[in-house]
Amino acid sequence: MTQKPKLAVWKFASCDGCQLSLLDCEDELLAVAGAVDIAYFPEATRRMVDGPYDVSLVEGSITTPHDAERIVAIRKNSKKLITLGACATAGGIQALRNFRDVKEWTSLVYAHPEYIDTLAHSAPIAEHVKVDFELRGCPINKMQLVEVLAAFLNQRKPLVPNHSVCVECKLNEQVCVMVTQQTPCLGPVTQAGCGALCPRYLRGCFGCFGPKENPNTSSMAAQWRSLGASEAQILRAFRGINGYAEAFRLESERSEQQLQSTEQKAK
Amino acid sequence: MHYRLEASDLQQLLDALKADGYALLGPQRQDNAILYDTLESAADLPQGWTDQQEAGQYKLKRREDAAYFGYVVGPRSWKRVFLPPRKRLWSATQQDGAWSIEEEPLPTQKVALIGVRACEIHAIAIQDRVLREGPYPDPYYTTMRAQSLIIAVNCTQAAPTCFCTSMDTGPNATFGFDLSLTELLEPDHGFVVEVGSPKGQALVETLGLPAANDPDQARAQAGVDQARKQIKRTLQRDDVKALLYRNLEHARWDEVASRCLSCANCTMVCPTCFCTEMEDITDLTGDHAERWQRWDSCFHGQFTHVHGGPVRQSTRSRYRQWLTHKLASWEDQFGTTGCVGCGRCIAWCPAGIDLTAEVKAFRESEHSQEKNKR
Ligand code: SF4
Ligand code: SF4
Ligand code: SF4
Repeated sequence: MTQKPKLAVWKFASCDGCQLSLLDCEDELLAVAGAVDIAYFPEATRRMVDGPYDVSLVEGSITTPHDAERIVAIRKNSKKLITLGACATAGGIQALRNFRDVKEWTSLVYAHPEYIDTLAHSAPIAEHVKVDFELRGCPINKMQLVEVLAAFLNQRKPLVPNHSVCVECKLNEQVCVMVTQQTPCLGPVTQAGCGALCPRYLRGCFGCFGPKENPNTSSMAAQWRSLGASEAQILRAFRGINGYAEAFRLESERSEQQLQSTEQKAK
Repeated sequence: MHYRLEASDLQQLLDALKADGYALLGPQRQDNAILYDTLESAADLPQGWTDQQEAGQYKLKRREDAAYFGYVVGPRSWKRVFLPPRKRLWSATQQDGAWSIEEEPLPTQKVALIGVRACEIHAIAIQDRVLREGPYPDPYYTTMRAQSLIIAVNCTQAAPTCFCTSMDTGPNATFGFDLSLTELLEPDHGFVVEVGSPKGQALVETLGLPAANDPDQARAQAGVDQARKQIKRTLQRDDVKALLYRNLEHARWDEVASRCLSCANCTMVCPTCFCTEMEDITDLTGDHAERWQRWDSCFHGQFTHVHGGPVRQSTRSRYRQWLTHKLASWEDQFGTTGCVGCGRCIAWCPAGIDLTAEVKAFRESEHSQEKNKR
């Protein structure tokens, strides 16, 4: 029998939610454990087997000089590197710091800021090392994770479409909340993956899976405005979990400029 | 020959269909919209409700009367019956090194579609040309079409998004139904029934419907006329193909692309859009594989992905593909237009983009160029 591929799961700045999705697989977990050798997964097992690993799943963003060194070592030790979730793929909610002065913040928050060794930016993994596949979501969809692993094990392309959440809405035959309730929704600029969870509960999409392919965020923002959303609301919508993903970042910056210029005029 | 069905006897029609082995699909109120879904009885129908539609807007409202079919068209179209959003085509399993392939069995359940509008019948006929009458008929589609029965409803009211009169597809059904109903309201709520097929004739005989009298037939006609009068949206069709082909590089495509979200809602709700994607999956072991078909859209990058990337990268090129296919190249390809004027793509576009306004913009730009020349 050929040896099973060795799998490792790594954590950087994150909440653990994405790794937990793997444990949350329940029915599929046994199949995963049967298909791969879980060689390093501190969240799940004390057994730790040294590398090299066939596939590394990486959760979290790079926020410290130590992280930056660690990810390079992991990359060297991994044949394939797959990132999990918004933190690893777009910097996560902690990337809000990227829009402000971190030095100032640490001095405000910590009694001894001199103990804090942090980078100015919370960066996606791909900013530091080559990534073979980025799985989106906050948290990831566990079925997509199983799909990515199945694709990796069978050497095929993962079936993770990059179209809008709207398509999932329509495939599920859900009714559009933007059209029927005038609820601002980020679905038209957000990548599918959640199964259009929020619209199913008659709420607008929060953009957990980040920008879709070819996102027209400016038109999205204009639509939100026409539905009565305030500029501050629009700024917050784009500067959320995936706020550092390029398309969302640029839109929130446009929105911020708009806000600042109206504030100045008001003065 | 026209017959009369009392509103209180609508259930009998449904019962007769059920007794004949049909599963019923029809309109009902769900999640702030009127949707086509499995119908148990006439009580499920959206009696006393209507919809208000505008570009990017759809709202339900109470009616002041007890009309069963007093709404227009909603986000679902009947294409879901014949071309479901997702469908497994086959699965394969490997055992002891040998693969066995299992084809997905074809459906056997007969279905009766209740409340099909004239534009929707045209849309079904358009999809028939593609999926039933073309060189490669779709087995699921042809099976479901063969075992479906259509109870049409003539429109006596139109939405601001409708433009069937421009497309010659409504507001009353002229073919493609087994029975058609025109609803008559106060003072004697009922329907004028027209027979469109031997199956429809048999139903009328089972129910023992009396002939409709002249005043009822005149009221039915007046209802349809009223719908026709309410239609304000237009799309000048005679030269639209040449117009679009003349303007393939027009700056208007950039303008509409600045609004278009390439979200694909328009193609998902359109009753004639038929594009699908094949999805192949395996399980973790690789011993089980499946092929699925799901609705796809010309607004997706993956849709035109070839070696090196998508052919249509920009939203401009995607919207242009969509509009020119609907109104121009569809004719070259299938001999009909690809649009029936149902207005769904207008109402369900989150950006409120209106194809009739886009066509007008091209036309007006040509007019003003003409004028400038003079
Ligand atoms: S509810 Fe949101 S995601 Fe769903 S179709 Fe409407 S805009 Fe798109
Ligand atoms: S026309 Fe409207 S519905 Fe269609 S892709 Fe563009 S924004 Fe979406
Ligand atoms: S293009 Fe729009 S109006 Fe025409 S048939 Fe499709 S959804 Fe209806």
